[in-house]
Amino acid sequence: MKELEYPFDAEYILNNKKKLKRLLAADGSVRIDKKIAILGGSTTGNIKLILELFLLNYGIRPTFYESEYNQYYNDAMFPNAKLEAFNPDVIYIHTTSRNVTNLPQISDSAETVDGLIQAETEKFTGMWDRLASVYRCPIIQNNFEMPLFRLMGNRDAYDVHGAVNFFTRLNMQFYEYAQTHENFYICDINYISADYGLRKWSDPFYWHMYKYALNVSAIPYLSFNVANIIKSVYGKNKKGFVLDLDNTLWGGVIGDDGVENIALGPEESEGQAYLEFQRYIKAHKQLGILLNIDSKNDYENAVLGINHGDSAFTEDDFICIKANWEPKDKNFAAIANELNLLPESLVFIDDNPAERHIVTEQLAGVQAPDIGEVSQYIQNIDRAGFFEVTALSSDDLKRNEMYRENAKRAQLKAGFADYSEYLLSLDMTAVIRPFEPMYFARISQLSNKSNQFNLTTRRYTQAEIEQTAGDSNYITLYGKLADRFGDNGVVSVVIGHMTDDVCHIDLWIMSCRVLKRNMEFAMTDALVHYAKARGVKKIAGHYYPTPKNGMVKEFYAELGFDKTGEDDKGNTDWILDITGEYENKNKVIKVEK
Amino acid sequence: MTREQVFEGLNSVFRDVFDDETITVNDATTADDIEDWDSLEHINLIIAVEEKFGVKFNMTEVNKMKCVGDIADAVLQRIK
Repeated sequence: MKELEYPFDAEYILNNKKKLKRLLAADGSVRIDKKIAILGGSTTGNIKLILELFLLNYGIRPTFYESEYNQYYNDAMFPNAKLEAFNPDVIYIHTTSRNVTNLPQISDSAETVDGLIQAETEKFTGMWDRLASVYRCPIIQNNFEMPLFRLMGNRDAYDVHGAVNFFTRLNMQFYEYAQTHENFYICDINYISADYGLRKWSDPFYWHMYKYALNVSAIPYLSFNVANIIKSVYGKNKKGFVLDLDNTLWGGVIGDDGVENIALGPEESEGQAYLEFQRYIKAHKQLGILLNIDSKNDYENAVLGINHGDSAFTEDDFICIKANWEPKDKNFAAIANELNLLPESLVFIDDNPAERHIVTEQLAGVQAPDIGEVSQYIQNIDRAGFFEVTALSSDDLKRNEMYRENAKRAQLKAGFADYSEYLLSLDMTAVIRPFEPMYFARISQLSNKSNQFNLTTRRYTQAEIEQTAGDSNYITLYGKLADRFGDNGVVSVVIGHMTDDVCHIDLWIMSCRVLKRNMEFAMTDALVHYAKARGVKKIAGHYYPTPKNGMVKEFYAELGFDKTGEDDKGNTDWILDITGEYENKNKVIKVEK
Repeated sequence: MTREQVFEGLNSVFRDVFDDETITVNDATTADDIEDWDSLEHINLIIAVEEKFGVKFNMTEVNKMKCVGDIADAVLQRIK
């Protein structure tokens, strides 16, 4: 809903909460349910109501537990039947500098001040530790906004007795905890209050009148910030940009003005602003954000501009470059399709409101922020929280590379009439072996992440993987797949246990990255090979349906298993006799054993 | 601005805040007359009135508001 996308009208949201909620409830979208406990050190009523709107807009339907006024500490530290029964999915602790009452006195020694810091920190860490152990859910904690007044003026910042110094130190303690604890997130009200204007944010009127620790008009900015953290935790971040070129990544129209006349680079003010914006966009690659181009231009001109001498980019920075005269929504949809992503996971950046309109009208759920003037582009995108980072994995860091490899494979595929010729041209090599310690972590991770190509949806901890690997009653196999474009790493896992001369398949999973590459055949061949060596006569497969694994419903049939049973839930049992000659099914992957 | 005009503005504020197009307020309207008008919504109402008329009330004024007539008086006082 446009009203709830940044840059939003905070007053409008406040005044029309009920209407917005009614409209969101009626829009028919699918939402996940989450239980959110708000533990407040001041009034939280509006914070909750507005947070609900932003979450609904992100596809999350929240129910709330709200602590009684200023009961955050008691709720966190002591047995609380109501909160335990509520069983929160997320806990948000809304405390502010109003909740810190033991501030240093000018006469205190430095050691006394250190003691105050330690006591205050321990009060909070004790709370977080207890909440984590009792509720085992993500915790979101406000840091402290800067105090509204400075007794010593500028000295308040560096003198240990200064409140500014004190809250800065407390914040550093909070960050240290955040750096060393999973599932713990800081809501940076220090930044957003500064961004909003501390003087307005901390207007004491709202504290004295209503015990709100911030200006009521600023609440949408706080709630939006909390909603961004929550939607990120639940995997609802955007994954990439689709960018226009003319007047978005440089000033002017390259087709009309020529590459030498576009505004880009340090020579003049406008060119500087575009270059700064390019650098901001490019920096997203470090987070695994995918960059793509959707521009009405001749392809040659687009590439000339991207390779401009002062450009921050080269062509290789983009996964898909669509520069042609097709409607932008068509190109946008094609880009999403090539990346195997839903259109809504890509953000459209275009200076032209008409283009933004056609894309958002034609492709449901796509966000196309009003980015304003070039000098405002960065802040309008940055504040929108599209890519709020709550976790940063090594996969994120490599994602651009992996997608670029996939894009090259797709290009290659387009040139082949015969699919098996294409597969052969990929020069695929696989390593398929019993579990080895260096892959235990990856194997466990894959068993917990795979939903689609997963016959039984059994999840294994790393300890269980280790145990299985060491048990002679099990056959375990992992498969790695590489091709001419890159190494996909471990992409498939099979675990079977032996009962007499039958091997029952407990787990068979494959990453969707390597679908339709015949890797499943290579795994089958290896499984039969190892099973025969162990004297197995029959392999028994089981398929347990879930809402996500429909693609492998007939997997065992495709491999030539016979169906031996089916119950009313759709669970099926399969048998393959391997006593006779076995001909390898895989003919396109070279396998190292 | 006349008192009537102030009431027109107040009606539109009340309709937005309570998402109810049928609300019409008068001097004597109080929180007892509108179901959703609790202390939480009272805050939102005051802020919406401030925004509508481009005024900012102080604590004394807000504390004196017991009925819609008081709100109208405070608005008129501020914009005259």
